[in-house]
Amino acid sequence: MLEVTTTHYLVLSFVLFAIGLFGIAARKNMITVLMSIELVLNSVNINLIAFSFQHSDLTGQIFAIFTITVAAGEAAVGLGILIAYFRLRESTSLDQATDLNG
Amino acid sequence: MEALVAHGPAILFYVFAALAVVSALGVVTLRNPMYGAICLLMTFLSVAVLFLLRQAEFLAMVQIFVYGGGIMVLFLFVIMLINLHRLPDIKMFAGQSPVVAVFAVVLIGFFGYVFLHAQLGTVAAHAAGAPAGQSLGNPQDVAMSLYRDNLLPFEIASLFLLVAMIGAVVLGRRQ
Repeated sequence: MLEVTTTHYLVLSFVLFAIGLFGIAARKNMITVLMSIELVLNSVNINLIAFSFQHSDLTGQIFAIFTITVAAGEAAVGLGILIAYFRLRESTSLDQATDLNG
Repeated sequence: MEALVAHGPAILFYVFAALAVVSALGVVTLRNPMYGAICLLMTFLSVAVLFLLRQAEFLAMVQIFVYGGGIMVLFLFVIMLINLHRLPDIKMFAGQSPVVAVFAVVLIGFFGYVFLHAQLGTVAAHAAGAPAGQSLGNPQDVAMSLYRDNLLPFEIASLFLLVAMIGAVVLGRRQ
């Protein structure tokens, strides 16, 4: 079975998605959590590209471009928040973000 | 050699898919975020190759420039700004991480089952029989679609980037 089908891409995309999900939920370091979010967004792009190829329709690629745009904005704002948080706490651990803890 | 040429795309897919998964695992398991960032870069580049295999040449380049160039530099910059010597104090995994790992594995199993059994027939048939877009992925076609059919979302995206830029500058400013 040496033909690459859309299913291959779906499985790969979902494996990357699950790894990213694990990183988001299980890690304590904010930088790693942000990087895991990038992983998740990237796995979605793989899906879009695979289906764009399957249907010979460019809309998926256009959508992926917008996803990349949003990912770039998200990284910029997220890292800005991270720097502000680091100034406040001298740490990047999520454990210490307890100011809103009632 | 002939077999290598005939199965070239499949071999490339498996090699770079494995590379992407292994380096993605590196992102979530390595303690030092610097190594994690390098692993993430490896994932992005592997995924760019996978885009190329799906005739999305323009997106592969965008992936390398925006992810591999822009976002990666942003991450490395922040990691260097932050004092890494304190990192050993941070607990690596949260207490709920075993539950999350089990959850992730169950999700992979479930969706893998769904993908492989429910969709294999239709998807594989379509993928094999599709004309596979002669000009798909061509930057010209992407440009036509982006600037003509999707002009309004494109402009909104530029506005979004402006807002994100202002937000990042305001957040990163010293008080």
